[in-house]
Amino acid sequence: MNKPASSPLRISRAITDKAAGVITRIEELSYDLKVGEVMTRRLQTVQPEMRMGAVLDLFRTARISGAPVVAAGEPAKLVGVLSLEDLIHALQINDLRAPVSEYMTTKVITARATDPVVEALKTFGARNVGRLPVVDEAGQLVGILTKGDITDGVLQALQKEYQAEEVRRYRASHLFEDIISDRTSLILRYRIEARDFTHGGNASSNIKRALLRLGADAQLARRCGIAAYEAEMNLIIHTIEGGTVKLEIEPGLIKIEVTDTGPGIPDVDLAREPGYSTATDEVRELGFGAGMGLTNIQRCVDDMQLESTMGVGTQLTMHIHLPEEIPPRA
Amino acid sequence: MKLRTIVELIEGQVLSEAADLDREVQGGCGADLMSDVLAYSLSNAVLLTGLCNPQVVRTAQIADVAAVVFVRGKRPPNGTIDLANQEGIPLVSSPYGMFEIAGRLYHAGLPSCEACLD
Repeated sequence: MNKPASSPLRISRAITDKAAGVITRIEELSYDLKVGEVMTRRLQTVQPEMRMGAVLDLFRTARISGAPVVAAGEPAKLVGVLSLEDLIHALQINDLRAPVSEYMTTKVITARATDPVVEALKTFGARNVGRLPVVDEAGQLVGILTKGDITDGVLQALQKEYQAEEVRRYRASHLFEDIISDRTSLILRYRIEARDFTHGGNASSNIKRALLRLGADAQLARRCGIAAYEAEMNLIIHTIEGGTVKLEIEPGLIKIEVTDTGPGIPDVDLAREPGYSTATDEVRELGFGAGMGLTNIQRCVDDMQLESTMGVGTQLTMHIHLPEEIPPRA
Repeated sequence: MKLRTIVELIEGQVLSEAADLDREVQGGCGADLMSDVLAYSLSNAVLLTGLCNPQVVRTAQIADVAAVVFVRGKRPPNGTIDLANQEGIPLVSSPYGMFEIAGRLYHAGLPSCEACLD
């Protein structure tokens, strides 16, 4: 919660249970993604006997700021890392004829290709290194990892997810064309618990999302969402045992049925009057219960019917006519 | 007006993660009654409110509210912030009262995003 909004990737700190509850998608990705998936594979290496002057040329032409040092042999062995800083040290004392082995860092901190990216992030956070050579299970050098690689990898993963959502949306929005019947409709059912203020609005939220995914325009999804939300809150506020919200979508029509098992509304006409309310102060503190729910619903739907029998229950039926078939052509 | 500009004008503090401060906001509305927001706010408005419970975020999500500003330095409980992060609704806290905040934003050119009684 208290983490800086600008750097969701900086998670070198230990993750507490409390923080774990608010892990963002990017942080999740840093657990899902493996180092091997984001590292750079085509890597420039240098040899221990190579002269620093040659390294200078290589860094300049390849536009890199560091490279793993690999000793010849079968298999080739990772013996160190040479950074731009090492090169500068050599430059300072005009020692470009010295071999790499004299300037390289031999205590190499590596990352394993099979590790989650978050492990590498922790290493970057704890050690003052700019790049990590990546090794496989056998200790063989397979790539190199910078923070930039991680950022690119996470962004690509997010992009993939975005495209996957687009595909899902496309598929859902063609549901009604792809399935042939005399009358096709899609029914979504939600169970609403009485007094469950914490989850109040979840069903309506899902209804709105479903409609958007089915290709409804923003205005239509908003109207249905508002009508469903007010009705959902009524179930939470007023019923004894909760109730159900049922949404039926078919080409040309959306029908929302909200049903409960009591207590029932004594005077339906009175309940429909703007401002009439029987809500408690507790409910009013939540920003509801001002007697505007049914009025709001009426504004959002094309027609609504409210039927109630005391001791039996209440049924609210709403219709929203669609100007064109849902889904509208994208 | 960009959300960034709004935050600056009201000396606000962004409380939610992943708030896109470059998002364009169409106008403003103010209410403590969520049914009023559902009934009268137009899409893509910044909502000024004194109400801090998670229903504010639900309402914002359903009514296409662009961002929520808590007036008078109010801090919503964690449940509200969690839900806002999940739904991608930016939350801002401003030290000023609703009248002052509305005045500052209106004065700076942010129009009202409240539908008139029909």
